[in-house]
Amino acid sequence: MTNNGSDPVVAALGGLAATAPTGLLDRVVSRWVRVPGPVGDLYVAFGAQGISYVRTAASVDDSAVEFTRSFRDRFARPLVPGERPPAGLVAALRTGRTRQLRYDLRGLTPFEVDVLTAAGRIPAGQARPYAWVAREIGRPGAVRAVGTALGRNPVPVLIPCHRVTRADGQVGEYVFGTPVKEAMLLAEHVDLGELRELAKARVFYIGSDTTGIVCFPTCAHARRITPPHRRGFRTVDQATEAGYRPCLHCRPALAASA
Amino acid sequence: MADTDQLTDAVVTRLADDLDAGFVDLVRAYEKVVYSVALRVGGPGDAEDLAAEAFLRAYRALLGYDRDRILALRPRPWLLTIVLNTWRNSVREAGRRPSQVPLGEAGDLPGGGPSVEEAAERAETRRDLAVLVAALPTTQRVAVVLRHVVGLPIGEVAAVLGCPDGTAKSHVSRGLRRLRMLYLGRSGGVGDDVGSALVPRRMP
Repeated sequence: MTNNGSDPVVAALGGLAATAPTGLLDRVVSRWVRVPGPVGDLYVAFGAQGISYVRTAASVDDSAVEFTRSFRDRFARPLVPGERPPAGLVAALRTGRTRQLRYDLRGLTPFEVDVLTAAGRIPAGQARPYAWVAREIGRPGAVRAVGTALGRNPVPVLIPCHRVTRADGQVGEYVFGTPVKEAMLLAEHVDLGELRELAKARVFYIGSDTTGIVCFPTCAHARRITPPHRRGFRTVDQATEAGYRPCLHCRPALAASA
Repeated sequence: MADTDQLTDAVVTRLADDLDAGFVDLVRAYEKVVYSVALRVGGPGDAEDLAAEAFLRAYRALLGYDRDRILALRPRPWLLTIVLNTWRNSVREAGRRPSQVPLGEAGDLPGGGPSVEEAAERAETRRDLAVLVAALPTTQRVAVVLRHVVGLPIGEVAAVLGCPDGTAKSHVSRGLRRLRMLYLGRSGGVGDDVGSALVPRRMP
């Protein structure tokens, strides 16, 4: 009669137990940190797959408990304090170059991911209309759905949905409220006053009569045009009729292609 | 992988006081047993995914529990029940999506997969016990893994399997008997062990 201690099969079975992979805990439990942002501190949640959630401290009553509750309501995942921010986050916030950061967008629909990817391509200090995003992702008719998807952006500030604004010169809605959106655009040196003046004058595109290129007014190329050479247009079609071609950087699209 | 009343009490008290911080302790305390069962029942391909998914489901269940229910939890059999339910769901889903490889190729389904004896042939040279375990019928495999790979007492094995202790015991011993014949029968030089393997054993 053998007992378990000397039974070779039982002993060998005990050897089939395995140590859990070191990353298992981080796949289950997310971490949060508080870091300086462009308009006050931010709470940022992240896990093994990347950054998953961002809220301004002001929007969660300046409270980690409130941020954790908000995260739990949305993701139903555990969240605990992190020891340090994810690699590159603080530098990215300082320079405004947040495109290289890794994001965890698993809870989103493919449409929402497309919208955020397009919004993520808008450089700091520039703005694009909602319809531009809709066209960029090949869904020109889905302008309202673009607005909804931007409103559900889980990582605002970092994926710059605040750079998508209304065509009429107003900045439009924002997850943290319109005043915060205005403050963020102003912090990036977007001339909101000029945009409103242009919109009032029904000017939505700016061309250079020396290069023959037409841009969105906030495009870096448009801002370089000296006043004597600036030409305003209501539509890209008008500009092309006048012999201009759309800028390859800010990509104002022809109405006909919509 | 020993579980003690003290460990159980400490973990559930911490969970009840602070669900998220307590959950870190829960994962740390049980990740080895959860991962081992995921690996030996579900197979190596997706064991980490399965373990992570099971822990996440556990957290979501806890969100709906009040303090008393959390304090009354026996975390180890509770977690392992979730692992096995998660595994069964993923096998079922994989069946609906034929392009995906099922988690547990070596299930109880007739036809298809290799029999225990075929697996034994394949494992002959390496005497790979893991392969033999993987080829056991599901219930025997689960019972053997719970009892002898991660060392659960028979009462917890029965709780996870959802059957009486006696039934759990017989699943374990039938699985073990099969393994012992195949494993020792080929090891050479221990011929008489094959005979003794057929003698009913006393389970602790």
